[in-house]
Amino acid sequence: MSAAGGAAPAAPSPAPRRRARRGAGRAASWLPGLLLVSPSIVLIAVFVYGMIGWNTALALSDKHAPIEEGSFAGLENLAALWQEARWPAAVANAAVFTVFFVGGALLLGWLLGLLLEKGIAGEPVLRTLFLAPMAVSFIATGVVWRWLMNPAPAERATGLNALFVHLNLDFLVNDWWTAPDLGMAAMALPAVWQLSGYIMALFLAGFRGVPEELREAARVDGCSEWQVYRHVVMPQLRPVTLTAVIILGHMSLKVFDLIIAVAGKQIAADVPAVYMWTMVFEVRDPAKGAAIATYLLLAVAVFVVPYLVWTVRKERSEGR
Amino acid sequence: MRRRWTRASAAALGAVLAASGCGGGGGGNQVEVFSWWTGGGEEAGLNALIDRFEQDNPGTEFVNAAVAGGSGTNAQAVLEGRLQSQDPPDSFQGHAGAELLDYIEAGYLQPLDDLYDEQGLREALPEQLVEQISHDGSVYSVPVNIHRSNVMWFNPSVLEEAGVEEPPRTLDELIGALDAVEEKTDAIPMAVGAQWTVDHLLESVLLGSLGPEGYNALWEPGADWDTPEVAAALADFEAVMEHTQEESAAEDWQEAAQRVAEGEAAFNIMGDWAAGYFDELGKTAGEDYDWAPSPGTEGTYMWLSDSFTLPVGAPNEEAARTWLELVGSKGGQDAFNPLKGSIPARSDADPQAYADSPYLSAALEEWQSGPELAGSFWHGVTVDNRWKNDIDTAVGLYLQDGDLDGLQAALHQAAQAE
Repeated sequence: MSAAGGAAPAAPSPAPRRRARRGAGRAASWLPGLLLVSPSIVLIAVFVYGMIGWNTALALSDKHAPIEEGSFAGLENLAALWQEARWPAAVANAAVFTVFFVGGALLLGWLLGLLLEKGIAGEPVLRTLFLAPMAVSFIATGVVWRWLMNPAPAERATGLNALFVHLNLDFLVNDWWTAPDLGMAAMALPAVWQLSGYIMALFLAGFRGVPEELREAARVDGCSEWQVYRHVVMPQLRPVTLTAVIILGHMSLKVFDLIIAVAGKQIAADVPAVYMWTMVFEVRDPAKGAAIATYLLLAVAVFVVPYLVWTVRKERSEGR
Repeated sequence: MRRRWTRASAAALGAVLAASGCGGGGGGNQVEVFSWWTGGGEEAGLNALIDRFEQDNPGTEFVNAAVAGGSGTNAQAVLEGRLQSQDPPDSFQGHAGAELLDYIEAGYLQPLDDLYDEQGLREALPEQLVEQISHDGSVYSVPVNIHRSNVMWFNPSVLEEAGVEEPPRTLDELIGALDAVEEKTDAIPMAVGAQWTVDHLLESVLLGSLGPEGYNALWEPGADWDTPEVAAALADFEAVMEHTQEESAAEDWQEAAQRVAEGEAAFNIMGDWAAGYFDELGKTAGEDYDWAPSPGTEGTYMWLSDSFTLPVGAPNEEAARTWLELVGSKGGQDAFNPLKGSIPARSDADPQAYADSPYLSAALEEWQSGPELAGSFWHGVTVDNRWKNDIDTAVGLYLQDGDLDGLQAALHQAAQAE
């Protein structure tokens, strides 16, 4: 998901200590550990942070064609994006998509997790079934949902619209992702379908992690089953919920493959990542592409950085 | 264009990564030719050219460096990387015209004027074509084929049902016919597909309304789009768009064309690669579908062309020139085009080679009769990538908000940006 994990430095093994006592120098105690992690430090420094730096430099330059040298242009590219019609629309699309995708997957995942936790029959089978969509790539999901969400009207309906017509539910026939205002909400459906099983697994683990004694105690105190969940179980699931929001949120902001598979490169379903691709590979405008990439990075950082801060603090307070 | 856009993303990343790793060997007796012809008739045509090349040049190994996907966008991303790292192939495919401008201005391409003179290509190709692919008086690529953009495909039985006796010849007649189809039949009057097919429709409407001279003048940098003539053309465009199907955004050109052949739609304006698609579907010309120049464009051939270039620093320049000679020759073009489903750029092709396809025979006859020429903007003849993208964005925003004045203003602005 992200490169944040990183390998923890290995604790010095007894062997080097012995050698150190024999007078091989104090370096021996930390050197093997450093040698062990240095390849990944170097690789991350170059290929993650080096590239981020390069991208930022490009975004702040006026290199608008691959052949130009480009010089420093300040925040010009970043500001110019907001002057055009396409960029704000793409941002709005991404925002609608994020709200419905994160909200939908969270709600559905929580509900499925709850049902399984309450001991529905055939739980192992259902759990596998709900998780299965995770194994499918967004491209494949998109190709199928492109057909399912065909916006043809009742007389030519295919996909889900045809199902609605068949069931005499004509009022449900709709434009799906081609609808002008909330089309991106429909675009979130395949993503919700794909990720809610995963969120279910997170919540299920969370539910199971709440000790039965706590619930018993609440019940003894006269809580209804609803109150047990509302006041005892859910507060303990905050870390799980936060994790789920971070994972879904950063996926959502970067969404590219699903959009390409369902809609292709059309303004109707334009999002920043698709716009960036067009700028870099079709228009060949490095500075503008990098400016969009910078905004994407910032948007993801808004989700990820508070999470990292929170994790570090928590680990410290737990004395790890 | 002739391939689904949806494949683009999957291959893109891999393609870029591959670019860094794969270096053309260079040296020795070989010629490395870069293209995006990897399937169907395109690949068959390329293979016919390769066979011929290897027969004529037994000592030279042919390296086919084709990159699949995204109607060339993946290939172009790979190519960009190779050109920037000064590792060019010996020859690469590109749409003739302004799409090559970025490469020319970057100094990646050698002018081919001497090759044109040696091979007599200035005489063999239509004069106006050479003029339209020249940049500052020099030519930089050898066109191997010609596709036509301004073709109106229609379903004869649907037209009959609607009481439209003749295929419309002007935009007014077209709009009248669309009204009639709307009223009297259940068919979709004008089938379009995803956003790019609307761009494609727009260029045919602009040509039909403004005529070849007015249309060609639009593509001069800084051209004035803020005129009543353009406004009238856009009003026609809007009138046509009112008769398109509402689910168009979820379809590509194949679905739109198929609707015509199946009788679900009356008209579709699409390039002549649709003829090859109708053949694939087993449809009969004149019965299941028929064609005419898109309304108002009779006598004008709105063309696009695949061509091959000679990069600066090509490792095997001699062999590359031999390849370009083959590509520009009558024999080479007549071997390639019947398989690809296009007509040769040369005007002296042998009609016998195209007799199997009713469309190609008719197209070749028209091409050889010396029509007026206009370049297709959407397919990279008249505008570079930036301008083309600006127009595409303007059209996409128009499809969202329906603001016709906004569309004209955006088109005008796009022309001024050059």
